[in-house]
Amino acid sequence: MHLRSLTWPLLIVGLIVLLAVPFFPQLVYSVFIMKTLCFVLFACAFNLLLGHTGILSFGHAAFFGTGAYITGQLVKAYGVPTELGILAGGLVAAMLGAVIGALAIRRSGIYLAMITLAMSQLVFFFFLQAPFTGAEDGLQRIPRGTFLGMIDLNSDVALYYVVLGIVGAGLWVVWRTVNSPFGQVLRAIREHEPRAISLGYPVARYKVLVFTLSAGLSGIAGSLKAIIFQLAALYDVHWHTSGDVILMTLLGGMNTVFGPAVGAVIVSTLNHYLDPFGAWVTVIIGVVFMTCVLTFRQGVVGELGRLLRSRHPSKPTKAPPHASARADSQR
Amino acid sequence: MDIFGVPIQALMGQLMLGIVNGSFYAVLSLGLAIIFGVLKIVNFAHGAFFMLGAFTAFLLAQHLGANYWTTLLVAPLAVALFGMLFEWLFLRRLYGLDPIYGLLLTFSLVLVLEGGFRVAFGSSGQPFATPEALRGTINLGFMILPMYRGFVIVAALLVCLVTWFVIERTALGANLRAATERAELTQAFGINVPRLVTLTYGVGVGLAAFAGVLAAPIFHVNPSMGSSLVIIIFAVVVIGGLGSIMGAIVTGLGLGVVEGFTRVFYSEFSSTIVFLVMVLVLLLRPAGLFGREEG
Repeated sequence: MHLRSLTWPLLIVGLIVLLAVPFFPQLVYSVFIMKTLCFVLFACAFNLLLGHTGILSFGHAAFFGTGAYITGQLVKAYGVPTELGILAGGLVAAMLGAVIGALAIRRSGIYLAMITLAMSQLVFFFFLQAPFTGAEDGLQRIPRGTFLGMIDLNSDVALYYVVLGIVGAGLWVVWRTVNSPFGQVLRAIREHEPRAISLGYPVARYKVLVFTLSAGLSGIAGSLKAIIFQLAALYDVHWHTSGDVILMTLLGGMNTVFGPAVGAVIVSTLNHYLDPFGAWVTVIIGVVFMTCVLTFRQGVVGELGRLLRSRHPSKPTKAPPHASARADSQR
Repeated sequence: MDIFGVPIQALMGQLMLGIVNGSFYAVLSLGLAIIFGVLKIVNFAHGAFFMLGAFTAFLLAQHLGANYWTTLLVAPLAVALFGMLFEWLFLRRLYGLDPIYGLLLTFSLVLVLEGGFRVAFGSSGQPFATPEALRGTINLGFMILPMYRGFVIVAALLVCLVTWFVIERTALGANLRAATERAELTQAFGINVPRLVTLTYGVGVGLAAFAGVLAAPIFHVNPSMGSSLVIIIFAVVVIGGLGSIMGAIVTGLGLGVVEGFTRVFYSEFSSTIVFLVMVLVLLLRPAGLFGREEG
């Protein structure tokens, strides 16, 4: 038994459950699921960098928040159609990603993390000071509008399917990227950068490109969030959000394609159901994070995969090479 | 008298504020640099330890009636002990792994500490009285200096210089530098490296807490007082490069002054200028002003 052989059945069951969500409003709150979907896309996009290229960005909230603010402002103040607003949010975030990425990859490892954090602070200050963002109040009352001029998004059900569709498309892009020659080169960079350079790959260009892609998808996740809640707020660009997305990725398992999705669901659920505990939420999430870093660095999906492998050892050729040792031996 | 249309009093006032902030940056980035040098871990919790120092001093004064000078000594020691316990129990398990995990573990400690203090004390600030002996001002002729701010500058610089002296000029410091360069070899010479590592983390954390106690009467004591600071410290460290102890001190002070000047001419931008300087330095000298190019 192998985790990979479970992927398709799980995917189909998951899709059916997700499609059915709006029909059971008494069971689940569809806005909560939509928010979770945004974080699923955000975490999977983020993991293109952390898990698949070995780059820790500590400033991804900058892209998420930029998407949210750009879409919000375009739709609210200029009456841009919602779908174009979301697209523009993704594009601006991608451009920002190209700039920040080009600067950040001048260093590596821990320095890179600090640089992205500092750059995202610049973005935070921009949105704090810019005249259109409403500073502490955030950009409020963003109209949801219509999708492609036909579907009225003020209905939660309609919006739900649109969000599901866009997030699905985003995840497909992530999956396609990882399983492409481009994704292979990214993994080569992660495993052994000097060798990738000596093989003639323009490593810097690859890094900037994956940074741009990851930022663009994160921006779209933010744009969707702004449309769903009709709000773009400072918390979206705050470094806490950058921390959250790292936690999601780590918790789910950064060596898998969709592990971060599982992590996003767990963190989002924790946040949702622990809300009555107020400030304790931060403490609880901190403890979960700590346990995760100390004891299971493979994440939920990674550990599950290892468990299944060890119980039913498959033919050695089928096992992904060194999947369990990878995270620990990166350097 | 005006300079560039700014009255010299205002200019000097902001410059002084810049030097005060710069002193905090210097002490904090010094601690961060020492910890990074030996543990190869970026201590994200540095700001949280700064906050912990201020809170410990506040609680000591509030509940035990300790005077300022006692808290200035006891609070950093207490926080250093806590830090050493944290290193001994948890951080130790991550050595040899990707340094990213150290960053993440200390980040999760920030969540726990900040969240915990917010539960216990709320988000609003607690006032902390300036010590009796340091109230009042000194007239320097060209400007009026509040006594406490002057004391902060002197105390911070003194601590920085003592730390520099211990590391660069004593036998203990020599062992420490040896452990930074070649841990196994140092161990082979019979030096207890793990204990040295724990001690180093304690010193770095204690420095952060010391800065916290110094800052307590100037800023209000509140749970998030460290988290905005730590990001500036990261920028300071990137600008200076983690290469040298002196580099951390000089860069910290220098950026405080730059920030002060910016506040005079374009105040909204003062909190951002550090990051802008960082971008410029990265473009011109990726290893930082005092850093060595990594292998």
